[in-house]
Amino acid sequence: MRSIQVKTIVEAVKELCMQANYDLPVDIFNALQSGKEKEISPVGQAILEDICQNAQLATTERMPICQDTGTAVVFVKIGQEVYIEGGLLKDAINEGVRQGYKEGYLRKSIVENPLYRKNTGDNTPAIIHYEIVEGDQLEIMVCPKGGGSENMSRIYMLKPSQGIEGVKAAVMETVELAGPNACLPMVVGIGIGGNFEMSTLLAKKALTREVGTHNRDERMRELEEELFEMINRTGIGPQGLGGKITAIAVNIEDYPCHIASMPLAINIGCHVNRHKSIKL
Amino acid sequence: MNKHIQLPINKEEARALKIGEKVLLSGTMYTSRDAAHKRMLENKEAGIEFPMPIENVAIYYAGPAPAKPGEVIGSCGPTTSGRMDAYAPKFMAHGQTVMIGKGLRNDDVIQAMKKEGAVYLTAVGGAGALLAKCIKKATCIAYEDLGAEAIYKLEVEDFPAIVTIDSEGNNLYEIGKKEYVEK
Repeated sequence: MRSIQVKTIVEAVKELCMQANYDLPVDIFNALQSGKEKEISPVGQAILEDICQNAQLATTERMPICQDTGTAVVFVKIGQEVYIEGGLLKDAINEGVRQGYKEGYLRKSIVENPLYRKNTGDNTPAIIHYEIVEGDQLEIMVCPKGGGSENMSRIYMLKPSQGIEGVKAAVMETVELAGPNACLPMVVGIGIGGNFEMSTLLAKKALTREVGTHNRDERMRELEEELFEMINRTGIGPQGLGGKITAIAVNIEDYPCHIASMPLAINIGCHVNRHKSIKL
Repeated sequence: MNKHIQLPINKEEARALKIGEKVLLSGTMYTSRDAAHKRMLENKEAGIEFPMPIENVAIYYAGPAPAKPGEVIGSCGPTTSGRMDAYAPKFMAHGQTVMIGKGLRNDDVIQAMKKEGAVYLTAVGGAGALLAKCIKKATCIAYEDLGAEAIYKLEVEDFPAIVTIDSEGNNLYEIGKKEYVEK
């Protein structure tokens, strides 16, 4: 067994919260830059120019790329040979979020009850997804997720008979609805299969995949590419104000499912598609 | 070509703005989002006046990140305006002329804009750091208990926005998309 102290985890999560909110991942930045060169709408070009400048400014000034510094979504991969010492892992992650959002001057956007809506004041609790893996390391990824694009995300429990065409229609419907509201250009995270809850988790994970990488299944890869082209033919464009660059990536994750089901979840990611990870 | 606008503007000036125009805003605007809109209207019904001059006011749908020491404000981009659709017509009836945010508005809002003479501008969503640089002064004037949702009086200089729905109901979201769609 390898021991990891909770204070190491607190410190790591704190730093990840700040870095994720200040530094746009390089793959996303490069995709936005290349989108700017491909865009033909003058309004769209100007928007993409502002978006790229904004990301650079945030990095140099150590300020949040977007004021919505999100729900702290945390993916944790725990090696089976890791022993966590000094407290609960969940508490350590939440303490890291608390410190990171306070010391990083990040916005506190979490309310303690969805109906009564009192702000918790420190952006906790985080939404934590745990996975047990082999090895003696602890991998933590912090993905601050903004409310605007999250609100435009959807789940469909399709019938198997609806097939690929049903999937395409549902994705396009979601994209059209997300249009002006979701801070485009977007990353489209798609989860197909599993069951009701798993499809949404697959869609969230799909958002964290590096731009330019594809699903390992050739058939799914083709679907990613086809959807990407379809979305960029809609004319929705940057910020929904018209143009060619509506999405910078379409990522599909899939999983086996029940003979009666075809769950489909579409998680919309805005252009500030943030995530930062560390291995301890 | 950017058009320079000194806020606040009256109904005639709001009616003169047309979709697709790029504007640079200077002067005074107030932040307000879901919770502050709700509270202002509840207070008004209970006989408590608005916390800012409502005639010709420009409201920016935004909830800024906290200011670092020595800074005026943290990142401060627009939030999704549609969540304020339930309240916006009432504010226009009281004299609001400018709404600044991002995303679609419903028909009730657009009808109220045509009736009252108001304009809807959008700023680039997710460009909060860049937009914060145009904010020269920020003062919390009401509802501090709401945190990021408190009302801030902002003094801005050359704050960039796009006229997205004008007072005739023309909508850049519809027109822009039509222009670039590939069948």
